[in-house]
Order: sequence, then C-alpha cells, then structure tokens
Amino acid sequence: MSLLLTGLAASSGIAIAPAYLLVGSDLSIKKQHTADKNHEVARLRDSFTLTTKELKRIRQRAHQNLGQQAAAVVDTQLEILNDPVLLENLERLIRGNAYTAEWAAKVTTDHYLTLFEHMNDNDYLQSRALAVQDVYKRLLSHLMGVRLPDPNSLDHRAIIVAKNVTPTDTAQFDRRYVAGLVTDYGGRTSHFSIMSKTLSLPVVVGTHNATSQIKDGDLLIVDGIHGKVIVRPTDQQLEHYQLLAGEFAREQQVWGALRDQHTVSKDGRKYEVGANVGTLNDIKYAHDNGAEGIGLLRTEFLYMDQTKLPSEDEQFHVYKKFVTAMGEQRVVARTLDIGGDKRLGMFKLPHEDNPYLGFRAIRIGLAKPEILRPQLRALLRASAYGGLAIMFPMIATPEEFTQARDILDDERRKLGRAGVAVADSVEVGMMLEVPSAAVMADAFAPDVDFFSIGSNDLIQYLFAADRGNSRVAYLYQELHPAVLRLVKRVIDAAHAEGKWVGMCGEMAGNPLATPLLTAMGLDEFSMNSSQILRIRSLISHLNNRQLQPLVHRALAARSAREVEMLVKEYVPILRKE
Amino acid sequence: MEKRDFTIIAETGIHARPATILVQTASKYGSDVTLSYEGKSVNLKSIMGVMSLGVGQNAEVTITANGDDEKEALDAVAETMKKEGLTD
Repeated sequence: MSLLLTGLAASSGIAIAPAYLLVGSDLSIKKQHTADKNHEVARLRDSFTLTTKELKRIRQRAHQNLGQQAAAVVDTQLEILNDPVLLENLERLIRGNAYTAEWAAKVTTDHYLTLFEHMNDNDYLQSRALAVQDVYKRLLSHLMGVRLPDPNSLDHRAIIVAKNVTPTDTAQFDRRYVAGLVTDYGGRTSHFSIMSKTLSLPVVVGTHNATSQIKDGDLLIVDGIHGKVIVRPTDQQLEHYQLLAGEFAREQQVWGALRDQHTVSKDGRKYEVGANVGTLNDIKYAHDNGAEGIGLLRTEFLYMDQTKLPSEDEQFHVYKKFVTAMGEQRVVARTLDIGGDKRLGMFKLPHEDNPYLGFRAIRIGLAKPEILRPQLRALLRASAYGGLAIMFPMIATPEEFTQARDILDDERRKLGRAGVAVADSVEVGMMLEVPSAAVMADAFAPDVDFFSIGSNDLIQYLFAADRGNSRVAYLYQELHPAVLRLVKRVIDAAHAEGKWVGMCGEMAGNPLATPLLTAMGLDEFSMNSSQILRIRSLISHLNNRQLQPLVHRALAARSAREVEMLVKEYVPILRKE
Repeated sequence: MEKRDFTIIAETGIHARPATILVQTASKYGSDVTLSYEGKSVNLKSIMGVMSLGVGQNAEVTITANGDDEKEALDAVAETMKKEGLTD
C-alpha cells in the first residue's frame, strides 16, 4: 500500500527516487556530575577544536560545491565556537557546578534557545537557533564519540528525508545525487527552502512525520508543486507522476520565458496576473514567479500577535516597503479584514453564533473609525511612493461604500492641509464578495474605480455552504453557472462604466475557470504566486473570440460538471486537469 | 571612550549573518566593544551575546569602544553596519 504525506510545497518540481534518511544517533543526555573538573574542561576544549576543524572542512567543501554564499552560512557556527564569552560560561558551569562537558553544553544551548524563542521572531531570526543547534549537535557528537549522519556520504541518486536541515547540511549536498528533500519541520521561507530553490530541487517541508513513516530505501515521489509525498507508490501512481514530471520540465522552460513578458492572449488582449501577498517575505516569491503586480495585499499580518493597534507610522513604513518593492506595478491593499475565522487577540469581539455573517471586515471598520482612519492615512501616505490602490472588504450596500469612501476622502483632505505627500490619484475600489453587492454591481459601478471579486466568500455565501465543512463542501462549486452568471454580471456592470475588474480568490488560479474568465472579460487575476506562471502560460494559448460560444453555453448550463466538460471540449490542453 | 547611537533599519534586524560579520569586525581590535539595546549590554566580540539581544528593525542601539584603538574600532563597526544594510 502506498502512503500519502502532506506538507508545504517549498520548492517546485517532481522527483522520483529512493529515500535516504538523514537521521542521527540519539544525542540525548542526562544530567551528570564529574569528579575531575580539569578533565572535563580539557574534553570541552578538545570538542571545540575538533568541531572547528570539521566546520572548516565543510566550509571548504561548500565553497567548491555551491560557492561563496553557501560557504558563508558556516561562518556563524565558526564564530560561535570562537566566542570568548561562551567558552568562559561553559567552563564556569563545569568548574562551579561540577557538570560534565555534555551537560554544560546542553544547559547553555537550552538557555539560548529559550531566549530566542521568546523574541519577536521572523524566519531570518530562526537562523540563529539553527546555527546554535548545529554547533551543539557537533560538539556533542565529538564528546560522545558518535558519528553524525553525513549528507556527503550519499553516493547514489536519492531523496533526503530529515527532521530538519541545517545550513551546514545543505551546504554539503552533492548536486549529482540529491534529487529532492522532505522534512518533518520547517516553513516555506526558512533558509533551507530558499537554498533549495536556488538548487532547483523539489522540496516538501513540514510533513510532521516523514522521518517516522519513511524507511531508508523506500521509493518516494516528491511533488513539490502540491506539497505531497507518496511513499511506496503503486505502478499507476508512478506512471502518472512520470508523465507529470516530464510535463513540468517542459512547462518550466516555457514559463521561464514568460516571466518578463506581458500576459497577452492569442487574440491580442492584455491581462494582468498578480500575486496575493500577506507579508513582506512573499514579495520576493511573487517577483520570482512573474507577478505583474499585487492584486491583494492582506493587511491583517500587521495586527496579528500585537497587544495594541499598530500606529499609523508603523503601518506607513510597512506599506511603503510593499509599494517601493513593486516599483511601477500596482499594489491593491485591502483594509483590515477580521472577524469570521480571523480573530485578533487585541480586539475583544463578542461571541457570535454566526461569525461569518456577523461583525467583520468593513462592518468593524465603519463602526470603529479609530481602527480604520489610521490605516487609511498610512495607506494614503504610502501612495506617494508608487502605484497603490485601496479596497474595502465585505461591502454589502452602496451606502457602506460611500461611507467608507467619505472617510478616505476626509483623511486625504486632512493630509493635504498638513502638507503631507499623497499620490495625485489613488484608485479606490471594493471587494465583491457579498451576493447582494454582486447582484447590484451596476449600482456601485459609477462610484468605484474597480471591483475585485473575492470568489472564496462569494461562493460560500452564494451556496450557503462552508467549504471548510467536509459534509457540505461539495456545494462549493467554482464552475457552477450560478457563480459564472454573477461574475459576468459584475464584469459587464463595471465595463459599462469603464471600470476594471479583478478576481483575488482561489478561482482566479483555477485553470479550468481561466478560459471562462478571460472570455467574459476579467481584466486582472490575483493568486498565490506558485500559480502565476501556469495561468499566464494558459492565457497565452487562449483565443477569446473563439471562446465566446463556450461562455454562452456555460452560462446556460445546469451544473458545474456540465461546465467543466464544456471547458475541456473547447480547450483541449485542459483535458488533463 | 568612544560612543555612538544607531538606528537599525534592516527589516530583518541583526540576524545571524550580520551578527557574524559585526563580531568578526569587532574582534580585529584590541579595545573592548559593547553593544547596548533596551538597557542590556553585551560584548560585541561575543556572537551569542549579540544574537541573544534580538535586535529587530527600528531598534535604537548604542555601541561603545574602550581602549587604545577605540576610534578605529568604532569607525570600522559603523562602516560594517552600513555596508550590511543595518543602518542608513
């Protein structure tokens, strides 16, 4: 029986190869005392010397295999071994408490790791903990006389499976043999995922249990596109993935060429395909994947894990970074969207029986101007640095939009009077995710600069079904004619007033929806970065004029299934989806 | 004694890489070099000390150098901070 593990797709591609477990011997130790303190201090110093030698060797190897930058990651470890204060503290623990060298090292390492954990952390700062753990592991292996698993011992093509991978591990990988990586821990932006991307290896991180479920030599399929690992695949699965791997390799070449071009359909219409982002770390990923702008900047991250509201200045500095990072390209910022499933510690929102239909998003913004106003001021100030657009979430009636826009105009006037720079024109739009607003799109169109269809919520509200609830999730149907008719209505209403329409829900990245959306005239698509080049490549194959009959037949269809079959009939390259 | 204040502008703060380079720089000089942040002071020649301060973006830090080559040490540290994008 094959086994499926899921994690985060950290670096895309598909690899099929046997597993090579990079799991070390047990380095756990117990508290122990020594009768011979001088001997322990000597052992400690020896382990420092041996570890330094070992790391210098690794540094040299990394330099040869991967270049200067990879070699530099070892420098932090070398500097730790060179730390006069650290060595002094360790010796004091041995002499003062009669600890063994091992125990002194453990106590000290734990002390620093706890310290790091309590800091306001980001992925970059995690690298400190990894460096310290790496040094500890190496010191202990010398003290205990055990060998660490050596990534360099690999002599055949394999997929490395490890709990976690340290910079010194990746620095030693032999490109000829490492086909892919799977880890128990780690995130998409951890140093090692970044390193793997430069190596162009398929990587799945954060599977939680890969090292306990996979045995050395097990045949693995690593699907770095979808974040899946198939252990001991069936012949059928193997065949399927061999085909996919071949296609992926071909697609990569085509996609790579698209990155710096415009997105134009076969019949010459231009589209914009942008990224949904939630943190500054996402920007680089968006660039690498050929984003033509940011179609949805979620601002919630500024408010997460905070004890008080972020100040206008704090927000301004962050928004400015997003805007400047995107240069001339448009960044559509959505004002704070909390409530529903998104709760924040600092707001004590009362319990609601039905939070998705409750006090959330712009409803909170309008009721609590002390939250909305500073955010709008910060956004307006950032607009002076590039192409910023602002949109309000969950607008249900034209009155709500007018009210929100009035507040924005008011803040704009105040900034003007205070002589603060604001862009001459800032596009102001709204999310279209409440069915009432979609039905009445023509009533909003004269007052907005653009609509952005939030398909996830729109579809949930339309079918009255929570897609997270597995018993009713079948009702969540992106291709259903009910959705398509509404989307068409919104696009037509906007275009009648000369306004543009985007879509920033998952439907925007669904290839089966793409021909329908382009042919109905959607102007902008925004999605997770990993989907962008796939969709851009697809659009370049579509001829909208030829797809008009598809639109007519899809709008008249009776089910999502019927629409899917129609799409596949008209667009043969989608038949495998 | 030489003393100077800095504002850290790098979004990532003083993470492992710049910490390593700062310590390497300070270690070249005989003077005692100290990094202070939020009332805590550490030896700038100790990477564990520097990393455990958790200096993030917008942090106001003070660096002091004390010894025969204090001026040169502080100049070198300031230059490294700038080169690594930690300060303006």
